[in-house]
Amino acid sequence: MSGARTEAAAGNGRMAQLIGWIDERFPLTSLIREHATEYYAAKNFNAWYVFGVLAMVVLVIQLVTGIFLTMNYKPSAEDAFASVEYIMRDVQWGWLIRYMHSTGASAFFIVVYLHMFRAMLYGSYKNPRELLWLIGMVIYMALMAEGFFGYLLPWGQMSYWGAQVIVSLFGAVPGVGADLVEWIRGDYFISDITLNRFFALHVIAVPLVLVMLVVMHIMALHETGSLNPDGIEIKQHKDSRGIPLDGIAFHPYYTAKDLVAIVIFLALFAAVVFFAPEMGGYFLEHANFEPASMLKTPEHIAPVWYFTPFYAILRSVPSKGWGAFLMVAAIVLLFFLPWLDRCRVKSIRYRGWTYKLALSVFAVSFVALGYLGLQPATEKIFVYAARLFSALYFAFFLLMPFYTRAEKTRPVPERVKYHAAE
Amino acid sequence: MTTMHTQYRLRRMLAAALAGSLLAAGNVAASGGGALADHAGVDVSNVASLQRGARNFVNYCMGCHSAQYVRYNRLGQDLGISEKQLVDNLMFAAQKPTETMTIAMRPADAARWFGTAPPDLSLIARNRGADYLFNFLRGFYLDPARPSGVNNVMLPNTAMPHVLAELQGVREAVFAEEGSEGATHTVFHEFRTVAPGRLGAEEYDQFVRDIVNFLVYIGEPIQLERQRLGLAVLAFLLVFGILSYLLKKEIWKDVR
Repeated sequence: MSGARTEAAAGNGRMAQLIGWIDERFPLTSLIREHATEYYAAKNFNAWYVFGVLAMVVLVIQLVTGIFLTMNYKPSAEDAFASVEYIMRDVQWGWLIRYMHSTGASAFFIVVYLHMFRAMLYGSYKNPRELLWLIGMVIYMALMAEGFFGYLLPWGQMSYWGAQVIVSLFGAVPGVGADLVEWIRGDYFISDITLNRFFALHVIAVPLVLVMLVVMHIMALHETGSLNPDGIEIKQHKDSRGIPLDGIAFHPYYTAKDLVAIVIFLALFAAVVFFAPEMGGYFLEHANFEPASMLKTPEHIAPVWYFTPFYAILRSVPSKGWGAFLMVAAIVLLFFLPWLDRCRVKSIRYRGWTYKLALSVFAVSFVALGYLGLQPATEKIFVYAARLFSALYFAFFLLMPFYTRAEKTRPVPERVKYHAAE
Repeated sequence: MTTMHTQYRLRRMLAAALAGSLLAAGNVAASGGGALADHAGVDVSNVASLQRGARNFVNYCMGCHSAQYVRYNRLGQDLGISEKQLVDNLMFAAQKPTETMTIAMRPADAARWFGTAPPDLSLIARNRGADYLFNFLRGFYLDPARPSGVNNVMLPNTAMPHVLAELQGVREAVFAEEGSEGATHTVFHEFRTVAPGRLGAEEYDQFVRDIVNFLVYIGEPIQLERQRLGLAVLAFLLVFGILSYLLKKEIWKDVR
């Protein structure tokens, strides 16, 4: 007994020695304290607060599966399509790795859209978290670029023609449009050269930027501290040791809670990967099972679902130039959210009916535009609907300074509301 | 060889049928496609159907269509066909079982002969869907305006000849005018048999269903295994989820 105890103590001693040795050379313990064991977050986080960590999980899934995919994928117009099928059929577990990657792409956008909506619900973008929001927006743009470049790689019909349509949008830039399009493609049409550069951007350039931005995003978050569903700054009420009264340590409390969320997410993710990897043609489009052919335009070209809200805005305007302008504006306006919103109250729980109504209209418009962007633009009713929802989308942002200034808010409590589970 | 012979017989049959029914054929406008909407009702776990589908595929389709991503020995493994059976019954060109289902006809030649090269069928089911393929193979009708003598209600002006005519028989399509004056369009109404084939209507449907089932299988050979594994993964996540929830509860019990 006592012998064993001494041994264990000696083991701990050696471990402590090793950590001490590292700490003298690298801030290991202080990093763990700063970002986990002594990072305090409000104890009243609800389900909306899991999408940040889920986005990180998806990022890891995409990075790891992506690495394995590059081991067998061939970025050439001649071989790309066949190499994907080789992965699906002949590479051990290749099908699983590929489905995880293709499902991960859509999952990434689902969790990021919910993560962004959380910020809009609880005012996470407001002073002092404007930079956190801006970094997040750049991550979102990088993610869109990543998704777009990646979609060309399977070299199916929809890869090819989707890229053709989206690249041609740059032609709407006044003056240099045509040259710009040629410069992006590196050719007079989407070709092997385009595929090669998109591959380079997809597997190294954008992921590198993404990872760095995610680190910056977390650093900015931990500088200001996480907000909470009540929109209260917990740092305003600290105990004698300087710990927020409403705060609990990220580790072990939120690591344990996030683990539950991660497992639930993985179950949903696995349900798609194993039972509906095409997701009815939304995650893997049917037309993309036909190799790219520049001589044969598909009947109906639509971008992947996560781009369709903006695609619907683009199509709702008869002029290509103005359509492209509005599409870019729809994304750029999101950057200005912290300054468009003049209300001092952060959480929707204590905000007035005007913002609640406006945010509901925005959410409905965004989803409706997403649906309309998937439909063929031949039906008149769809065109008018897209115009209506585009107008509402822009009204949400452009009228925000007015309807948020005079907002009738409710008093915000001093401390967060939390009811411990029995 | 078998397929070429089949096509030769087919062409003779069509010529005879055409001669006998020039009056009836008349001037038939092509419909908009998608005229049939029957459900294929395939089942990739039905190995017997897949075996029949494989046999039908190599005998009737592979003269012109490859399945270049499908490996013969993978087929054997999944469908319970021994290597000897593979070589004797399914592999007509001198190939090794480790090779994929390629064909000798070159795409450039095929394009010259048919107007367009017959597509590779490895992924046709994932591209078009089982129902479409099922109805396409049942949608041929006589049309003397076409070089092959036939047209198809699912894919108007298809370049594909009715390779299965000896089985299905020769049929003509009856079209009807629909809509009010000024805005009429021609829609498919029904088929009429000109010359019966070797198979009855139900037998032919089953024959086609087996082919389509096989096409669905080769579209994604792993699909059954994928679902089996999925159940195990979900079972694991359920257990892990319960454990992680209990862990969370334990850790959070001192949070008030």
